[in-house]
Amino acid sequence: MSLLRFFRPRAAPSAPLAKERLTVLLTHERAARSQPEYLPRLRREILEVIGKYVHLDDDKIHVHYESQGTVAKLELDIELPNQSQQRQSQVAQPAVS
Amino acid sequence: MTSGKGGVGKTTSAAAFAAGLALKGHKTVVIDFDVGLRNLDLVMGCERRVVYDFINVINGDARLNQALIRDKRIDTLAILPTSQTRDKDALTREGVGRVIDDLKEDFDFIICDSPAGIERGALLALYYADEAVIVTNPEVSSVRDSDRIIGVLQSRSRRAEEGMDPVREHLLLARYDADRVARGEMLKVEDVLDILAIPLVGIIPESQSVLKSSNVGMPVVMDSSSVAGQAYLDAVGRFLGETIEHRYFKPERRGLFQRLLWRTA
Ligand SMILES: Nc1ncnc2c1ncn2[C@@H]1O[C@H](COP(=O)(O)OP(=O)(O)O)[C@@H](O)[C@H]1O
Ligand SMILES: [Mg+2]
Repeated sequence: MSLLRFFRPRAAPSAPLAKERLTVLLTHERAARSQPEYLPRLRREILEVIGKYVHLDDDKIHVHYESQGTVAKLELDIELPNQSQQRQSQVAQPAVS
Repeated sequence: MTSGKGGVGKTTSAAAFAAGLALKGHKTVVIDFDVGLRNLDLVMGCERRVVYDFINVINGDARLNQALIRDKRIDTLAILPTSQTRDKDALTREGVGRVIDDLKEDFDFIICDSPAGIERGALLALYYADEAVIVTNPEVSSVRDSDRIIGVLQSRSRRAEEGMDPVREHLLLARYDADRVARGEMLKVEDVLDILAIPLVGIIPESQSVLKSSNVGMPVVMDSSSVAGQAYLDAVGRFLGETIEHRYFKPERRGLFQRLLWRTA
């Protein structure tokens, strides 16, 4: 049994995946740390406002904040559903004026 | 000595750094900030000499000199034990500041052994820091927590709040198991350095001698046969600005027989 184990091919190393996951996660967490605290709330409210007109999935809005020296930049990237889907959702929920 | 995560080797490292600095002739005191979970005294082997503690001094119930325990083996070394109170608010920022200012009169180095977490105790342990040793294990949650604590050092330490030069950061990679790294089961030194991007002060191998030292209450640097002790002494040297090559991070070379034993263990 032990000899079999000795000659058995080794399991794929898991450390590279650990590194990759950490790199992605920490990039995200570091960015979040340097952002103003109101950002998540701002994002939610924008989502609510747009939701009055078109149906928007939670992952279709990206809020990107960047600050350098004395200027800060806020970038909004909102991906709207295409026309036909939009109409459907308008039928489903009458537009709010 | 800070980390975010618990059990990574902060107390072991605080004791080792304190003893290492003191052995090199620097007057050193190590303070236990882990209120409620007193442990540094055990690792340092002075648990039976604790009369007054850090909180007693802060509250004015004892003088600093009554609470300080002078090490019997190294005359430049002292310990300020923590209290076992359950009162989380026992430490105050002003109180800690006063004690640190008083200690500065007599000591060259004041080492603060931080509790785990990023709550009050950990924040106070790092607040007055000029230098921070971030103790990290080559493992995902420890690296993530270290990154978190680096963020805290850069935003919530006194140096950050008062706009002074930032706290100098040192990475201490502890409980490093070169065999598991070689098998791809643990992050490599380079991986952790890539991710955390702060200077490396030392790599401490996972070693039986650490447990042995804590059993007998002797900082591991005083055991000259211990590779962990040697690695800590190297780290202290680098901390003091000496150029010392890193060792103990490659697997030991083994004969075929040993390798068979090891693979099947
Ligand atoms: N290099 C090492 N090799 C083996 N065991 C270690 C090493 N460093 C720490 N330990 C053990 O890990 C446990 C946690 O260490 P400790 O220093 O108390 O961590 P922390 O203060 O960060 O919670 C202890 O049992 C200690 O003996
Ligand atoms: Mg501890």
